[in-house]
Amino acid sequence: MMNKGIITKVSGPLVAAENMSGARMYDVVRVGTGRLVGEIIELKGDKASIQVYEDTAGLSTGEDIIITGLPLSVELGPGLIESIFDGIQRPLDKIRDMAGDYIPGGIELPSLDRNRKWSFVPEVSEAAEVRSGDILGCVQETTLVKHKIMVPPGVSGKVEGIKSGEFTITETLCSVKDGAKNSDITMLQVWPVRMPRPNVMKLPPVDMLITGQRVIDTLFPVARGGTACIPGPFGSGKTVVQHQLAKWSNADIVVYVGCGERGNEMTDVLQEFPELKDPKTGEPLMKRTVLIANTSNMPVAAREASVYTGITIAEYFRDMGYSVALMADSTSRWAEAMREISGRLEEMPGEEGYPAYLASRVAAFYERGGRVRCLGSDEREGDLSVIGAVSPAGGDLSDPVVQATLRVVKVFWSLEDKLAFQRHFPAINWLRSYSLYEHEMDLFMEREVAPEFPVLKRDALMLLGKESELEEIVRLVGIESLSPPDRLVMKTARIIRQDFLHQNAFHDTDAYTGIRNQYIMLECILFLHRELEKAIQSGVRITDIERLEVEDDIARIKYVREGLAEKADDIKEKINKEISAKRESSGGGVS
Amino acid sequence: MRREYRTIQNVVGPLLLVENITGARNDELVEISLPSGERRRGKVIELENDTALVQVFEGTAGIDVPRTSVSFTGKGVQLPVSEDMLGRVFNGLGRPIDGGPGVIPEKRMDINGLPVNPYARDYPNEFIQTGISSVDGMNPIVRGQKLPVFSGSGLPHNRLAAQIARQAKVLGKEEKFSVVFGAMGITYEEAEFFIREFTSSGAIERGVLFLNLANDPTIERIATPRVALTAAEYLAFEKDMHVLVILTDITNYCESLREISSARKEVPGRRGYPGYLYTDLSTIYERSCRIKERAGSITLIPILTMPEDDKTHPIPDLTGYITEGQIILSRSLYRSKIYPPVDVLPSLSRLKDKGIGDKKTREDHADLSNQLFAAYARGKEMQELAVILGESALSGTDRIYYMFAEQFEEKYVSQAYDEDRSVETTLDLGWELLKIFPVSELKRIRLEYIEKYLGVKKDAH
Repeated sequence: MMNKGIITKVSGPLVAAENMSGARMYDVVRVGTGRLVGEIIELKGDKASIQVYEDTAGLSTGEDIIITGLPLSVELGPGLIESIFDGIQRPLDKIRDMAGDYIPGGIELPSLDRNRKWSFVPEVSEAAEVRSGDILGCVQETTLVKHKIMVPPGVSGKVEGIKSGEFTITETLCSVKDGAKNSDITMLQVWPVRMPRPNVMKLPPVDMLITGQRVIDTLFPVARGGTACIPGPFGSGKTVVQHQLAKWSNADIVVYVGCGERGNEMTDVLQEFPELKDPKTGEPLMKRTVLIANTSNMPVAAREASVYTGITIAEYFRDMGYSVALMADSTSRWAEAMREISGRLEEMPGEEGYPAYLASRVAAFYERGGRVRCLGSDEREGDLSVIGAVSPAGGDLSDPVVQATLRVVKVFWSLEDKLAFQRHFPAINWLRSYSLYEHEMDLFMEREVAPEFPVLKRDALMLLGKESELEEIVRLVGIESLSPPDRLVMKTARIIRQDFLHQNAFHDTDAYTGIRNQYIMLECILFLHRELEKAIQSGVRITDIERLEVEDDIARIKYVREGLAEKADDIKEKINKEISAKRESSGGGVS
Repeated sequence: MRREYRTIQNVVGPLLLVENITGARNDELVEISLPSGERRRGKVIELENDTALVQVFEGTAGIDVPRTSVSFTGKGVQLPVSEDMLGRVFNGLGRPIDGGPGVIPEKRMDINGLPVNPYARDYPNEFIQTGISSVDGMNPIVRGQKLPVFSGSGLPHNRLAAQIARQAKVLGKEEKFSVVFGAMGITYEEAEFFIREFTSSGAIERGVLFLNLANDPTIERIATPRVALTAAEYLAFEKDMHVLVILTDITNYCESLREISSARKEVPGRRGYPGYLYTDLSTIYERSCRIKERAGSITLIPILTMPEDDKTHPIPDLTGYITEGQIILSRSLYRSKIYPPVDVLPSLSRLKDKGIGDKKTREDHADLSNQLFAAYARGKEMQELAVILGESALSGTDRIYYMFAEQFEEKYVSQAYDEDRSVETTLDLGWELLKIFPVSELKRIRLEYIEKYLGVKKDAH
């Protein structure tokens, strides 16, 4: 046991202590008589500054500090899925059982249940040679997740005494013997949150993370293993987009980090996810989800830790070869927590009071995402997509957190309050947003959906871009002054906006559109555009085609649950019929 | 535990630096005895070695260095609570100021409370009928929600809040209901208005008022919302009441916080407000909630005046990031004599989707309000266009939208101060206004509802 430190200063979540020789940076300490959890963030001689993950009310100078000598770590093993943890991985459901409806300080609980037994099925034989990352066996954790028990990083050798049957996470499953070194393997691994988990190599992303959100998948897709950010002012729907991605994206595992946001939002997830069915398997979505909830009124330092806790858990599942998606809502609160601690440390502030290391921390966080070749001799691949919401002050994108994020992420979904006021959701601005995975995702669309899909997408974007230019003119001189082809552009762009990009997250059918159906819908709209273009060229007046009946069918196609392709064919037929009728009536038509 | 010291070293603004003390605790309640015999209260906000930094709630006027004594009580700042608080008026720290006797406490509760375990929360989904169309129809409030009113100087936010407090009810239920009112730095006249309103509507019988007026100590305001919410937590979760908490004016609260922060010489964030303003506000707002297996609830309506009507000012901005929506009042609507001047488009209630619909309000509510929003948004655009081009330049459909926006403001948003519209009335009014459009324009509403409530077949236009 190391020596005990003594508290010399208490200022909000920051505690200073002396007599701390022997302590290391980022080691966990227990602070005061209440044994509050803290982490060392600065060392000067034998003095240390400590950020405390719990409320410091009641703390006094002169109280003890116990140095644990261990870095802040998470427990990894069966029992993670379907759990809800706070920012330092304490189980909130167990805390409620123990302490009631409010969270008091100084609670000490293991993150994962020590008594629950899991059925372990070995996949290696006795005396097999294994190395780090090799899969020893599996536990069916939930109906959706097969939890693979891996040889921990840094361990290799010959398997001895492998067992099968029911075990708790701390019981030995086998030992791995390497000469004189003998490591007992249990289902439980412990990993420091601030250290990325190792892999063999990073790989460039190739597949699309299909989210079922039309504006995202079709126009600004994110790759599996990619990074994306959603900045937007309050009320623009960041959280709804994050929830939609957590619900519908085709990842195997979803880690949702509620970082400094509303308590009711986490309740929403907790109540809704067990009810919602995964579109692929029909199982409840909760069966693939891990929740980290450090709401805004919970201690600020734990908020700083929560994103690291989340991403370490996500990396662990990635290492099993899964496709993992991490949603962090909101990274601005994480940055603000850094700012608060930095201010208390009296560090020289950078932009808007944020610490000078803000950008490097943000970059290092997103860099933990990616597609990788995992450790292990089977050379399996896993990927981790990281999607962060950003809440810029006043909705101003020059905010330091937004700018630091945009420098590292590849996809930018720009939420706009003007769209939200019109109840156009998701309020993603189609002119400002971008995806730098465009090339890879075009190849994916060609390969998996239809060769024409990327062309259609570009046409749609072109029409929307043209619309915004024309809008300027309309605002000055009125729509009548536009040429017929330009008026048609305005019309089609409106249809794309209202009937394709607009998507109702709370409508049973509309909430999710498969990638193939997205293609069919867009194809249908652009078919109408082309046919009308031809009609105009052949002399049909624009005023005659101002309102076609078939537009109503197009508007309602997103509510079609089954047989979308047939419905689209019907619509195309109707388009042809209606346009040739117009041609005849206007007299200028040659069919 | 009581330890008394006469070792004040510095008095700076609202802060005292006390030396040579042992065992003082962070956040501890401090009692200060002035040479005049007056007693004041304060709280420890920072400790370093044997010195403590104390924030004095009632201000430091009259405090001297040699003779004033400071005693550390060994406990946090607490509020004595009891059901007898109903119908009473207190100061910003919870002392009676209505001339009545002191409250005999059933228990004492720490005013800072503790964070609610997110796992223990129950999702707010019970619609509260306020009788105001622009709220009920477009941005409905549910029990357990925190929904601020963003206003500006000279706008009738107090009337709106009083009207909500008077008319609020949950449909089809008779339950214990109370109003907790926390005033921070508002004028005597504003406070008088609320007391008069509560008295005339009878709400005072089931209300608790905490008043820190403009001429009361500014630092006391830091405690007032916490005191009010502590009383609310007691009534809601120990006495099973549904509590509506109105806090006004958050802007004054934040200014007090800034005062402390600058006295502590902290690194300022935006506009001089401390970097922890977000966290601090969240510890107030997040106390509104419903809790599983408990009968009561806390619904919070904070009111704030936006400096220069600027929504991006740090106070409304950070508030909006914490609260579940916002009701924004518009100066231009108020100028055109529309009461309540609720600016429907930027207003928002995040929790409405779970609180409305079949069995709660009516099945068509969600679609209808989406349609009204979309139509009003387009109508407003047309109004802007008409300003530049003239009304005659609008094409057929655009002109309909233009007219709709006008009617929507005059008939739907506008209503009398004593007009209590049922949610059915509000919804029917919405349909009535939509009749101006051909059915093909009503894209946001399911066909079955159009047929049912508008009484037309799709092909009949």
